[in-house]
Amino acid sequence: MEYGLAVIVLLAVVAFFVTGPLRSAEREERAEQQLREELEAAKEAKYREIREAELDRRTGKLSEDDWRRIDRELRGEAIAILKRLDELG
Amino acid sequence: MDPARKRQLRLVTLLTVALLLAGALVYTSFSAATEQRTPSQVLAAGDDQTYDLGGTVVAGSVRREGDVLAFELRDPDGTAKLPVRYTGVVPDPFREGREVIVTGKLQDGTFVAEKDSLVTKCPSKFESDRETAGSGG
Amino acid sequence: MAWLGSACLFAGLLTALYAAAASLWGARSGEWRWVASGRRAIFALAGLLAVAFAVLEAAYLRSDFSFALVAQNSSEATPAFYKLTAMWSSQEGSLLLWVFLLSLYASTVLLLVRRRLREIVPYAQAVLAVVAAFFLGLVVFAEPPFATLASPPADGNGLQPLLRHPAMMIHPPMLYLGYVGFSVPFAFAIGALASRRTGADWIQATRRFSLAAWSFLGFGIMLGALWSYTELGWGGYWAWDPVENAALMPWLVGTAFIHSVMIQEKRGMLRVWNVSLIIGTFVLSLLGTFLVRSGILDSIHAFGASTLGGPFLAFIVAVLAGSAALVVSRLGDLRSQARLDSLLSREAVFLANNLVLVGLCFVVFWGTFFPLISEAIGGEEASVGPPWFSRYTTPLALVLVALTGIGPVFAWRRATWASLRRALVPPLALTAVALAVMLALTPAAESVPSLVMFSLVAFVLGVVAQEYWRGVRARRVMAGEPWPVALVALVGRNRRRYGGYIVHAGIALALLGVAASSAFVEQRDARLVPGQSTTVGDYTITYREPIARVLDDRSGTGAPLTLGARLEVEKDGERFVVEPSRNYYGASRPDPQAPLRSFFDGEATSEVDVRWGLLRDFWIAAVPDLQTLEEPIREGDERFASLGSDVGGLLVAALAERFANTASPVTVRALVSPMVAWIWIGGLVAVLGAVIALWPAGRRPLGGVYAARVGRELREFARA
Repeated sequence: MEYGLAVIVLLAVVAFFVTGPLRSAEREERAEQQLREELEAAKEAKYREIREAELDRRTGKLSEDDWRRIDRELRGEAIAILKRLDELG
Repeated sequence: MDPARKRQLRLVTLLTVALLLAGALVYTSFSAATEQRTPSQVLAAGDDQTYDLGGTVVAGSVRREGDVLAFELRDPDGTAKLPVRYTGVVPDPFREGREVIVTGKLQDGTFVAEKDSLVTKCPSKFESDRETAGSGG
Repeated sequence: MAWLGSACLFAGLLTALYAAAASLWGARSGEWRWVASGRRAIFALAGLLAVAFAVLEAAYLRSDFSFALVAQNSSEATPAFYKLTAMWSSQEGSLLLWVFLLSLYASTVLLLVRRRLREIVPYAQAVLAVVAAFFLGLVVFAEPPFATLASPPADGNGLQPLLRHPAMMIHPPMLYLGYVGFSVPFAFAIGALASRRTGADWIQATRRFSLAAWSFLGFGIMLGALWSYTELGWGGYWAWDPVENAALMPWLVGTAFIHSVMIQEKRGMLRVWNVSLIIGTFVLSLLGTFLVRSGILDSIHAFGASTLGGPFLAFIVAVLAGSAALVVSRLGDLRSQARLDSLLSREAVFLANNLVLVGLCFVVFWGTFFPLISEAIGGEEASVGPPWFSRYTTPLALVLVALTGIGPVFAWRRATWASLRRALVPPLALTAVALAVMLALTPAAESVPSLVMFSLVAFVLGVVAQEYWRGVRARRVMAGEPWPVALVALVGRNRRRYGGYIVHAGIALALLGVAASSAFVEQRDARLVPGQSTTVGDYTITYREPIARVLDDRSGTGAPLTLGARLEVEKDGERFVVEPSRNYYGASRPDPQAPLRSFFDGEATSEVDVRWGLLRDFWIAAVPDLQTLEEPIREGDERFASLGSDVGGLLVAALAERFANTASPVTVRALVSPMVAWIWIGGLVAVLGAVIALWPAGRRPLGGVYAARVGRELREFARA
């Protein structure tokens, strides 16, 4: 008896909670915010790669030539990301 | 040799080596394995091959004779019995009525077990009907 | 209160099903609000399961024996720690723990991923929800934890004595944190495949979860080995038991996964391989969970046939088949542009490491399932033993350690011979020195595999030390910091890399312990009467007197009776005393006509005495010979059986005193195991390294000043 009642009450609470997003007419225009977040994350990751390559060169794992090539490549990719971020405004 | 061919060659070599190693593994596993038998099967076979003898410890048959633990095993669902002589570590869950496995061979009607080869099946923890232990332990 | 727990579980099942449906609907229709609703459903599930979990734990703490589980696994006398941990010693409780952890992991990853990965997240949510629904289905319909007893007993059965050990109680949650943790990268991999976003996004989003799951699983495996060593009477820590192997297999494939995903992050390669690896890891985790509770393979842990085998197997097959089908259908999206440039590259070393790890997993898998395979093929059930496993895992492990050493030294894409030569000379020199020392001063040469392992371990440690040294030196050149500051800064800013090196060092140390203790262990089994001596290695053991303790369990497990031996051990003038013993807990169902006999034939555990040491362990276990008590036990049963349990208790005490006062023989097993302690030390070091590698970078983005500088430079570069 208490079991059935508890199930109903719990489901009611859960239903109220999960239908929140369905009830409030949330605007779909979060897309831009989301894109900005993803680009920021990509930029961070690219900067880390640039720095790791630098570390590799300093600890002698990459030769000067190899490092220069990789560094240029990575910076190019980073610039592309920065451009897209700038476009977003 | 152009890079694509080189890569292909590497892949083929790798796969061949892997297959050969796996084959060696599989082959030796069959020759290195011991077969599991029940007391009635061991008695029926009657040879001196090494087996993993699996059975239930007969109530009242457990005796200690110095270093040797002597007991009888019977078929889990039968009546055939076989005396066993075992030396070595006795796992904590071992007792009458439990199912055990011990490795060894038949000698003059007694199953002589290899040292430390006794393994018990722990019937507690995740068994579905634990307390119907009338048959077991 | 049991009705509340049951209600939470049933509501949870419905919530999980809704979460899956809503997430999938959101994915199909593109309406994010449905996905958000599904997300909330997962949070709600975590809440419901938390309540159910709390209800059950509260029942244990209160010793509420109307709960069937509490009556079966706990008792008034059970210490509080074991009351709490007894919750997962049962089938029902452990399944509840599994799905509860899943809901927590799912909620955490969804909170952390926030609004990113919009295409992937809906499918990932659905996968997590479906897995949760499966486990909840099992819990609700097959193994309900909140079953009640109409007439609660006065006292419960108590926790199974073999489990009354701290390591044994932390072991299941650690393993589950591992198994369940791998469901997160798995779900995101499926999401990536389903949404065709097969880049490295799903890997980066779940990287920490993969690493955490791997660490927990490894730690859990180590705890299991530690328990085996200190609780069981055989003195070993690994028996290639099916249940041990069941946890090892996902760990091996998981190790391969956390390495090979780095290749995809860096170069975009191996996409098919990576999704296959995580599917394999997750399926093996499910298999591991299943093996322990199905009795399908005989082992010391086999928990007897249960009703769960069928559904579990069906679920595993469904997951495997469904995932494989998905991968095949997305093969086009998984093609990668980059190729392996050179065999002299870190990618190649990682690939080799993957092959070795998968090979190891295959060996373990084959050996573990051999009884089933042989039965299917030849009709006879046969099994392979530890020697077979060692024969194949040892060479593979040696290759793996070698790769662990050379990996950090190789650069990505292509390493030059010059840089390799420069980098390898110091560690190789160290290895040569270590080898010379070992040959000259130790008997290590008696076992060639061990000698090779020791040398390789020296090599790995040398490489790790060199990496740290080169890194610190580079930092000092750059920033002019004093030595300790540079070290902290170096590790702090490159946690992944330098934490990883520490993990390597830890694993190497652990394997050092394994090799030394496997090859050079000395053992003696002897039956002694008081005054007799025996030797093991350089130690002389003399049995002084028997021990009997009633209601005085020194190991803290609440055993009513302890019988053992006090022995003096002597080596090179150094003396110490050991007191190995056996705890007797009595039978859960005593024979009313032979209560004393039942007591002594009941549950008993070995209480091992171990002298830990960095160089070697002295391990000793004793089994008291009860022959001198046979007569009194029989007499006692004949005369006093009908008088009830209180008298029985007095009789047991009297028998104990008799044991202590006669020249009772004991059978001892003594081992001298070199360097076992390094297994546990190495494991802890590896966990420390993993924690460092996992540690979040903090809210503050990558060095504000640095980022600004790079940004400025890039803009200038772009403008130029």
